[in-house]
Amino acid sequence: MSAAPGQTVGPFFHLGLPYDKGDELVPPGRPDAVRLHGRVFDGDGVPVPDALIEIWQPGPDGKILQEPGSLRRDGWTFTGFGRAAVDPTGHYSFTTLVPGPTEPGKPAFFAVAVFARGLLDRLFTRAYLPDPATGDALLDSVDEDRRGTLITAADDSGYVFDIHLQGPHETVFLSFPKHRGIWA
Amino acid sequence: MGHNVRVVTTTQADIDGEIAAGQSDGPHENQPRLDYPPYRSSILRHPTKALHPVDPEGVELWSPCFGHADVAEAEADLTIQHSGEPQGSRIVVAGRVLDGAGRPVAHQLVEIWQANAAGRYAHLRDQHPAPLDPNFSGQGRALTDADGYYRFQTIQPGPYPWRNHLNAWRPAHIHFSLFGTDFTQRLITQMYFPGDPLFGLDPIFQSVTDPKAREMLIAKYDHDLTTPEVSLGYRWDIVLTGSHRTPLDPEENS
Repeated sequence: MSAAPGQTVGPFFHLGLPYDKGDELVPPGRPDAVRLHGRVFDGDGVPVPDALIEIWQPGPDGKILQEPGSLRRDGWTFTGFGRAAVDPTGHYSFTTLVPGPTEPGKPAFFAVAVFARGLLDRLFTRAYLPDPATGDALLDSVDEDRRGTLITAADDSGYVFDIHLQGPHETVFLSFPKHRGIWA
Repeated sequence: MGHNVRVVTTTQADIDGEIAAGQSDGPHENQPRLDYPPYRSSILRHPTKALHPVDPEGVELWSPCFGHADVAEAEADLTIQHSGEPQGSRIVVAGRVLDGAGRPVAHQLVEIWQANAAGRYAHLRDQHPAPLDPNFSGQGRALTDADGYYRFQTIQPGPYPWRNHLNAWRPAHIHFSLFGTDFTQRLITQMYFPGDPLFGLDPIFQSVTDPKAREMLIAKYDHDLTTPEVSLGYRWDIVLTGSHRTPLDPEENS
């Protein structure tokens, strides 16, 4: 079957999508909490003030979670899913746990979906932890000069991951097999 | 308003010409073009490099899980969120979420947001001088049932003006956000109403350049969903992309 087309989230997505503690996968005071944050930029390098970021990640042990409770956080259950609108300076921030490798030896990453006014369909990317192990199918297949767009930088609070929709630092965005050729 | 001031001289006729020039004439394109200049805001916000093909791994093969702790049943009725009755025509919008193989997507989250009957969003950035409705927020959530069905009770949204070009109007629509069984199936789109005279003029709708694909975004009037003396009914089934997990995955049985 053919998939329904996507459409932009438009300028008024704040009405329907962000929710209380959407950006707090764990409470900020938790000793093992880390921050994943960054800014979203357009093709002129101008911050995008109306973007929305979703992350989906395994736990520190690499376990993929199937726990409800992302929309109404109880403060204890780690669900692996978060959603955050950027602020007026294009900055987003999640409080979360370090993702672990889902298979031994594989570099760990956050799966990231990007939405924005002006962006007609969602974009997927990955935010790998710094210094990823070699032998990763995606990282190995990306030209070296763009590989860095998929890798977070460490800072005092956790990890920084900027997203460039366009321009000289354009982020590598992904397409998956079932996204292609589905009219065949 | 200072940051919004710009001189817009592009006319609807200009946009019509750009839309006509961009109509799909080759192989089917079932998704919107990310690079679609008639929608002016897309110009600096689309990737210029091809999406990078990759096989999904790890969490990408799974979706976040939502349950009754996340969504109260009352959230599927947008007409009962305030003390009074909202203005406008009540409607039911219901249908089924399917994956690319036609299998129902069970117990999964569906979120919607929309303008009120006058075409105004309850959002600070909406400067359209149409009345807000104190009894309508325009936000709803539901979980699909075991067979993938969802159902919302809401108000017919109005069309509204925007500033893409002079005299630009959006056809009436409801924003839909959907999850499948894989994160790769994540979809946010807009549902439109049958026969809208603004379809041909709207660069967001027309960014889906294949007419067959555009039809997938239009709900059908369904008299079986119409409730006597209460509301008209619209049916909208939503097909997501295919799951990358096969039913033979041993994890499916765990």
